[in-house]
Amino acid sequence: MSIKVRYFASLKESVGRSEDSLEFAGLTTVSDVWCRANPNKPLPSNSLAAVNMDYVELDSAVKDGDEVAFFPPVTGG
Amino acid sequence: MIVKICAEPFDPWQETQAHQYSASDMEGKFGATCVFIGTMRDFNEGDDIKGMTLEHYPGMTEKQLEKIVAEASRQWPVIDALVVHRVGDILPNEPIVLVAVWTSHRGDAFDANRYIMEALKSRAPFWKKELLKSQAERWLVKNTDGYL
Repeated sequence: MSIKVRYFASLKESVGRSEDSLEFAGLTTVSDVWCRANPNKPLPSNSLAAVNMDYVELDSAVKDGDEVAFFPPVTGG
Repeated sequence: MIVKICAEPFDPWQETQAHQYSASDMEGKFGATCVFIGTMRDFNEGDDIKGMTLEHYPGMTEKQLEKIVAEASRQWPVIDALVVHRVGDILPNEPIVLVAVWTSHRGDAFDANRYIMEALKSRAPFWKKELLKSQAERWLVKNTDGYL
């Protein structure tokens, strides 16, 4: 199993891809997911994160099979 | 309660009418309908805007909007609600969002509609990228607080 990582909007453009797939082993939090997928690139401070399509904090736990998403503040409506 | 994401232009008045006419169980129950429509402008932050692309997170968008409508229904006695939101390429004067709320009394309709709209602006995962008349493109950075 693995963790699916998704990026949206300006963050997707800045990382240069819309998705990653990571081995779950060694990942504990949402923050770990970002660091493994984007080494040497800090997550922009205003970014939001979601696990399985619900908003979470960066120190929230992840489990095998989760979909983790990172994106900028939302601007719909 | 219905939440819809539309990739094509929609007519918010037809959507509201069709929804109300199809909900026969509401007949005689509602005394107030509050409708909010957000429409694309051809100006923003001092620039002329030619068009806009609205990106969203399929699945999470619907999940968050359904949550927001459920929250409003717990706070006010909402009989029915309809939320429609555009995605994709949008031109000035095209509707972006429709929120319609049916209740027995007007205060609840206004309040529940406002709650849904403000929560949508801060929590529903949509992102706007504007195309300026100058051909430059820019992502909107954040939504303004509707209560300011």
